[in-house]
Amino acid sequence: MSSNDLLTVSHSPHVHGSESVQKIMYRVLFAMVPAFAVSLIFFGLGALIVTGVAVISCMAFEYLIARFLMKVKPTLWDGSAAVTGVLLAFNIPSNLPVWMIVVGSLVAIGVAKMSFGGLGKNPFNPALAGRVFLLVSFPVQMTSWPKAIESRFAYLDATTGATPLGILKEGLKNGQPLADLMKDIPEYSQMFLGNMSGSLGEISALALLIGGLYMLWKKVITWHTPVSILGTVVVFTGLLWLINPDKYADPVFHLFAGGIMLGAIFMATDMVTSPMTPVGQIIFGVGIGLITCIIRIFGAYPEGVSFAILIMNAFVPLIDKYIKPKRFGEVKTNG
Amino acid sequence: MASGSAIIALPLPETVCIHLSQHLGAPANPLVNKGDQVRTGQLIAASTGFVSANIHSPVSGVVQKIEPAPDATGYPRPAIWIEVKGDEWVEGIDRSDDLIKPNGISREDIIDRIREMGIVGLGGATFPTHVKVSVPKGKKAGLLIINGVECEPFLTSDHRLMLEKSDEILTGITLLMRALEVEKAIIGIERNKPDAIDILGRLAAKYTGISVCPLKVKYPQGGEKQLIKAVTGREVPSLGLPIDVGVVVQNVGTAFAVYEAVLKNKPLVERVVTVTGKKLSKPSNFLVRIGTPVSKLIEAAGGLPDGSGKVINGGPMMGKALPLLGVPVTKGTSGIVVMPVTESLRQPVMNCIRCSRCNQACPMGLEPYLLMSLGEAKRWDDMESARTLDCMECGSCSYTCPSHRPLLDYIRVGKANVNRLIKARKS
Repeated sequence: MSSNDLLTVSHSPHVHGSESVQKIMYRVLFAMVPAFAVSLIFFGLGALIVTGVAVISCMAFEYLIARFLMKVKPTLWDGSAAVTGVLLAFNIPSNLPVWMIVVGSLVAIGVAKMSFGGLGKNPFNPALAGRVFLLVSFPVQMTSWPKAIESRFAYLDATTGATPLGILKEGLKNGQPLADLMKDIPEYSQMFLGNMSGSLGEISALALLIGGLYMLWKKVITWHTPVSILGTVVVFTGLLWLINPDKYADPVFHLFAGGIMLGAIFMATDMVTSPMTPVGQIIFGVGIGLITCIIRIFGAYPEGVSFAILIMNAFVPLIDKYIKPKRFGEVKTNG
Repeated sequence: MASGSAIIALPLPETVCIHLSQHLGAPANPLVNKGDQVRTGQLIAASTGFVSANIHSPVSGVVQKIEPAPDATGYPRPAIWIEVKGDEWVEGIDRSDDLIKPNGISREDIIDRIREMGIVGLGGATFPTHVKVSVPKGKKAGLLIINGVECEPFLTSDHRLMLEKSDEILTGITLLMRALEVEKAIIGIERNKPDAIDILGRLAAKYTGISVCPLKVKYPQGGEKQLIKAVTGREVPSLGLPIDVGVVVQNVGTAFAVYEAVLKNKPLVERVVTVTGKKLSKPSNFLVRIGTPVSKLIEAAGGLPDGSGKVINGGPMMGKALPLLGVPVTKGTSGIVVMPVTESLRQPVMNCIRCSRCNQACPMGLEPYLLMSLGEAKRWDDMESARTLDCMECGSCSYTCPSHRPLLDYIRVGKANVNRLIKARKS
């Protein structure tokens, strides 16, 4: 440094940890690799097209809206739009037409994220907002599920079949006994690996758990939200199953079926739309678990994770207002 | 970086500049005039109240002028400038290395001597020590905690002092215990200084009532309230003082200064300063006379490396970035950290992603993300009820924020405004 150079003067702290938004987002993307790999194994071509379209359109909408509507510098490379794209793809069937995916991406990024101010400002999970919009707008396409393995080389023309939760819901409505229905459902070991119909990223509990453990290790998420969601599902469905095992499926089925693993590990843990404190996160998780079970068992839809998370997203500001961290010196020690 | 370097006495500079505010509280009142001859250790500015401290000449020479000079903040503040001539000390000051044992010196004499010799807290806050050892009526101290946790990363001055002046520190602690009338003192040291834990632990056995408590390594373990919690499990109540839980905390450097003041008759005219930085060729711990320009310290540590962008007075987490290198060392200068230009600038700020890392990092259990939002909205009342004033400005929130948000900056603004509100309410 020559004597003409000026010293930088700024307030403390003068050092920064190496954490950044990009690093967090890229860790989330990395954590989704196992689940994506499983979807490629079971749904092949469709999974590739749907995920590609979702990621590209989410990033494109983020860029266009930031650049031309909000007139701010687009923060495309923070990775958050790509995360939303992959999560949206994970939550839809692998045979959904391209234009519907683009509409879903527009709702996710445009309506649920950018209209609230972009990164960090959205009250609802963008990917889930996109998914639910598609579900209520195109209920037929959104509930026709390609069969695993059989439809590997197909996209729009995939052979479809019901999801385990769909089989159960439909059958019970028609008065079929649970024991008969369970015969149509894949073995639990197959469900755990992901060999069943469903949204393309939700099928493999194993792959999702691997991603979840990675995020726990890298401190992207904490255990509070996922464990409280899954714990609530086990307790709630377990109680009903103990009361009447002929009418209610067992908790293991509920853990491996549908989107509960994807929801608990990747959707509900979205930091932007979940509470700030551990206690708040447990309340949030218990709420999601309860609403999911109520919709699954008593509601019209076979699956309710998306609705449950979106409903609990709305409670986050309230939870954060009343659940505070333990303050230092709050306990009177001199009394 | 500098923990392996023994303390070296820095050569005297040509001129020293001694600010009249060397301490927390009222500035001292100068007792010398331009042209006066002074000797090292001579009283040159007198304390102007209970919370104030005497200042002694750190050198011998001639008073050049009494004029404002920029301090660490860059603002000019009144100071005494002395041209250095030789190094002639006031008589009666014992400068030998001989260890003196406290005889029957009384509590009052110890406190008087601490006050006369201008001893202040050397951890960085520079609170006058005689105030801290005069326990207010109605309160009782039961325990003295000695802070041997280097308050900040990179700084090693306390660590070196503990290794090199162990017996002196323990004797100083004995004196402080007598002044406070406590039976027990605990030295808190982080486990990353096993040599200091070992040596002080062994020597402490020879002194009554003193023990060493090894502590977990974490920032800000050296924060007063955090240290008390780690050692005793007690939490100082919000906005309270350590004495509210029966504890007084002193730094190891202060204990050493107390020893020298009380038993060697030596006023506070020099202190240990760590000079460090990744690119610095000779990171060192110097024994420096108060008033020496920071530039002299950097020179002695190998000179300012190419590509330096920032010089910090104090540590990297809580220190102040210096606007000029001519700023003098004060009683509170614990370290000088030189940062490369690549690490000197802040990164672009992004939106809060509510990751909660600031909440987890805050040692006071505050919600920095929320305080910053309230600060941006100028909602000072809400900041008060969110207990902004509990913040000790350790910087952990800003350090940890992945969005590089200036959390602490807004909290500081909030603290100033909340204090203003409280003042307005009282009047």
